[in-house]
Amino acid sequence: MEYLFHVVVIISIYAVLASSLDLIAGHAGLVSVSHAAFYGLGAYMAALVTVYFRAHFLLGMLAGITVVVAASLVVSLPSLRLRDDYFAIATFAFQLILSNLLNDWVTVTRGALGISGIPRPVIFGWEPRSNLEFAALGLSLVAVAHVVVGRLTTSPFGRVLRAIREDEVFAQSLGKDTLRFKVTVFGIAAMLASCAGALYAHYMTYIDATSFTLNESMLVLSMVIIGGAGSRWGPLFGAAVLVIIPEALRFVGFPGPLAAKLRQLSYGGLLVFMLMVRPRGLVGRYGFGR
Amino acid sequence: MRNGAHLRCDDVVKTFDGVRALAGVSFKFAPSGITAIIGPNGAGKTTLLNVLTGFLRPDGGHCFLGDLEITHLRPHQIARLGVARTFQDLRLVLQATVLDNVMLARPLQRGERLLAALLRLGVSKQEASNRERAMDLLGFVGLEGMGQDLSSELSYGQQKLLTLACCLATEAQVLLLDEPVAGVHPEMASRILNLLRHLRDAGKLVVFVEHDMRFVRELADAVIAMDDGKVIAQGAPRDVLERPEIIEAYVA
Repeated sequence: MEYLFHVVVIISIYAVLASSLDLIAGHAGLVSVSHAAFYGLGAYMAALVTVYFRAHFLLGMLAGITVVVAASLVVSLPSLRLRDDYFAIATFAFQLILSNLLNDWVTVTRGALGISGIPRPVIFGWEPRSNLEFAALGLSLVAVAHVVVGRLTTSPFGRVLRAIREDEVFAQSLGKDTLRFKVTVFGIAAMLASCAGALYAHYMTYIDATSFTLNESMLVLSMVIIGGAGSRWGPLFGAAVLVIIPEALRFVGFPGPLAAKLRQLSYGGLLVFMLMVRPRGLVGRYGFGR
Repeated sequence: MRNGAHLRCDDVVKTFDGVRALAGVSFKFAPSGITAIIGPNGAGKTTLLNVLTGFLRPDGGHCFLGDLEITHLRPHQIARLGVARTFQDLRLVLQATVLDNVMLARPLQRGERLLAALLRLGVSKQEASNRERAMDLLGFVGLEGMGQDLSSELSYGQQKLLTLACCLATEAQVLLLDEPVAGVHPEMASRILNLLRHLRDAGKLVVFVEHDMRFVRELADAVIAMDDGKVIAQGAPRDVLERPEIIEAYVA
């Protein structure tokens, strides 16, 4: 059972990441490949603040949110003034910069050694220790993310996001400050990714840069595409499917190196299959490729 | 919104790769009424609309709404001052309903602010009144009963009417319409003509770019004729449309 609850925790973390990325990529139509960078920044900030300063879990999470929102502004303010393609390139660059920073800034991040001994979280006196308790914490975070994304996308705010997705010039001609909406939604998505990072760090109690690479960003984007962009449940389905498939492969009995390659192959194969057969994803509203 | 404010431009210049699309254009629109901008393809009509609405920055000259210089304002800022526009190529949120498109256009929506959207502070009451106004406008343009249809399912003419409803939903005083009846069935064109007359009677300024001279004669109170990035004539339709240089510009 502990293993099953571990899978639920991992699905929860990816569900938060996929839901938040869907705000940008699905609802606003802005493809970002830097979600793992914000996820990693949140994880590292939470780890650094709690390990080095012995601060409270929530303080670490708050520090992560603050830094991540600032970083999102640095990325989005200049790049979102330009066309969508440039935004995607800017997020790609940010992802690479952050991956290198986490690896090479050894004095702070401890480089390839990573940060270990991250304490388990304590939330208002409650200290989750078992995987079941972490699963409950993870699902609570999913619920928060789901409510935030749902409220934004079903309000007039979300109506403007959909207009930006389909025709930004039209939205501007109706008096909508599209830059403000895009910067805001990018910041909210980064903030949620940061929270997922904090949960990941405190659950694993060890992090290193390999968990927050461009591959991870692509994996989260694949979850959005496979689950279905622009829908409330699509990213959650996508996260569950792309976590469960490789976990299921463990039980088939392939040798270790082959199993790892098969996992990568299954992501790619599924992505290609979905784009060809069902471009709107499992339950999505929008297809990629317009 | 600035009721009764004059929209004007002084010596506006715009070049694209050395080609002068606007070569020192100056004029002042009346605060209300219907003005047509005519001219052959490449005369600079659409460029002028793009400059007036902030979608293009001029290389020289100034645009004003009343006393306020709007030359360097961004498109949404100009729209919020009460200058709405339509485009030559139809622009709508095609995957949204007709009603959603019109509601999108409503100004000063609380639910577009982050905190209000998250906490739903005063949003539903305003949404209800915006929905009511949007339904009224759909009725006004003749799209009643189509609110729940996807915009992509409408005919081309109906989509043109929808863009007009969106413009009106912004409560703009000035409407800049780029070829409002191009490619539209004559029956639909006549409906648009009547709507624009209603808007004139309601005190709005309607400026439209058009090639259909019959439509211009029937509708416009004033005509601005452009050629080669310049204003070559302006005045009452019967004075402008009969001038030899206008006829020559069109025939050429």
